Amino acid sequence: MFENVIYLDNAACTRLDERVLEAMKPYFFDIYAVATSEFGYSMGIDAKEALQRSRESIASKLGADSEEVIFTSGSTESSNTALKGVALALKEKKGKHFVVSKIEDFPVLNTAKALERQGFNATFLDVDAEGFVDIEGLKNAITKETVLVSIQQGNQEIGTVQDLKAISEICKEKDVLLHTDATHSFTRLPLNVKELPVDLITMSAHTIHGPRGIGALYIRKDTPITKLMDGGFQEFNLRAGVENIPSAVGFAKAIELVTEEENQRLKAMRDRVIDKALSEIPDVTLNGSRERRLPQNANLTFHYVEGESVTLHMDMRGFAVSTGSACFSRSLEASHVIRGIGGDHERAHGSVRFTFGRYNHIEDADAAIEAMSEIVARLREISPLARK
Amino acid sequence: MKFPYSQKVLEHFKNPHNVGKIENPDGKGLEGSPACGDMVAVYIKVNPDTKIIEDIKFESYGCASNIATGSVITDIARGKTLDEAKKITWKQASEELGGLPPIKAHCSVLAVEGLRAAIKDYEEKHGLITEKEPTTEEVVRSRLKHVMNPLTGLDIIRTNLILKTSVEDGVVRVVVDLPANHQFAPAIKEDVMEKLGSLWDVERVDVVFTA
Repeated sequence: MFENVIYLDNAACTRLDERVLEAMKPYFFDIYAVATSEFGYSMGIDAKEALQRSRESIASKLGADSEEVIFTSGSTESSNTALKGVALALKEKKGKHFVVSKIEDFPVLNTAKALERQGFNATFLDVDAEGFVDIEGLKNAITKETVLVSIQQGNQEIGTVQDLKAISEICKEKDVLLHTDATHSFTRLPLNVKELPVDLITMSAHTIHGPRGIGALYIRKDTPITKLMDGGFQEFNLRAGVENIPSAVGFAKAIELVTEEENQRLKAMRDRVIDKALSEIPDVTLNGSRERRLPQNANLTFHYVEGESVTLHMDMRGFAVSTGSACFSRSLEASHVIRGIGGDHERAHGSVRFTFGRYNHIEDADAAIEAMSEIVARLREISPLARK
Repeated sequence: MKFPYSQKVLEHFKNPHNVGKIENPDGKGLEGSPACGDMVAVYIKVNPDTKIIEDIKFESYGCASNIATGSVITDIARGKTLDEAKKITWKQASEELGGLPPIKAHCSVLAVEGLRAAIKDYEEKHGLITEKEPTTEEVVRSRLKHVMNPLTGLDIIRTNLILKTSVEDGVVRVVVDLPANHQFAPAIKEDVMEKLGSLWDVERVDVVFTA
């Protein structure tokens, strides 16, 4: 039904790689025991081993030990666990303050707001015009009461990649835990906990052609954290619930399939869209950093046109893209990320995000810009803003 | 392909009728702003004797719902007298379009307002309104019906976000039932100021939040 669609919304979700599905299948039909039955029967041992292999695979990608990785249901749960778990563990011992950036994705941003409603204090750090966190602001924001800093590695919308090294050094110097949401950067960018003193990392399989509904949280050894899910003793007694072994296996397989060559290919598509849009279509602004951005992300504002109209026209021509326009979102709020980098409402409403994945080709980038060029020209013809 | 809109909305969105600008129009109305996400301009040519709208065009910076309503509303208004055209409602446009998503009511109501504003502009220019309407609480509330509550997608009057309004010596005071640090507070304030600040006898607009 959608075989001719050029899907350029890979930040929202990616198509499952069939090799991932093949890897998962045996754990639905043959080895379907739970891992906790390892002392009962041999199928449980096989299940446990598969879970362990998957854990090791994720851990080794981060340079971590396998005991430092727990499986979750995805990035929302991982970030909730990181923020709430640390906050609950340290509120009596240390304090009730934490720091997040203004342009975090909703799992972090809304968890921060939820914690505020429960009596914690959050500082929402400003970012500059390209989306970089204000490093001086971070230094000043951390107090003796601060229990956690949460700053993403790469932004979900404008693709800006933070200077995690500088951020982690400040946190270490000030003896504050650091969480990073790597939902959009994991395997796309280097991230090694031996090199960077990051304490908690959110990851997800759905952005790298793995199954949705599975994610992981890296928790550095000895990090104080309270579990959110009570029940059994799974995941080192940090996350109760029957282990999602097929998906864990799928997640590990998905990681294995991401290559540097693929990341370079994504980068080429990204650059093609950015360069063509800026050179071929008048009145276009790049959102985010040109140099330090996720390999799969291009985000541009096409001035004087409204994003939902653009995405609908694009859909009619067989392209799936996303926009920061308020009309596109259920909340009817314009992108907090574009507003966060100082963009006005018009810039947010006219922003269009193209995110590339394994099943895209360089021709898709060309075709998308060609379609965009026509759609934008047409909508500008009827826009009262275009003549200003 | 599946869309959240009716086939009729999509037809008008894809090929909107009456788009563009009329040079030297007899009446012009501009409603909405980039801040609220949608903006519509309506231009009319009116027969001075019959008061019939002989030509009408619109421009839109808006979503599909907004463009489609602009298209259908200008279709309906063409050939009608000013008095008849004034009575065209959003409901009528919505029915003509086979229904609009409720969350998009705000985006599409602007086209109706644009038409009414263009008619009013004509009437003012042609001496059909003899006195300037003083800004009363009623006028204020009617204007605030065009400010959206982003929490619901409906206007701030209908969703009871406005606790109190008052008008005294050119100062309009609007009390909004939200804390000042609410994520939507700045956008709502900006919208309220814009809707009321331009009234001829208003010198200042105070937007007050409850906490």
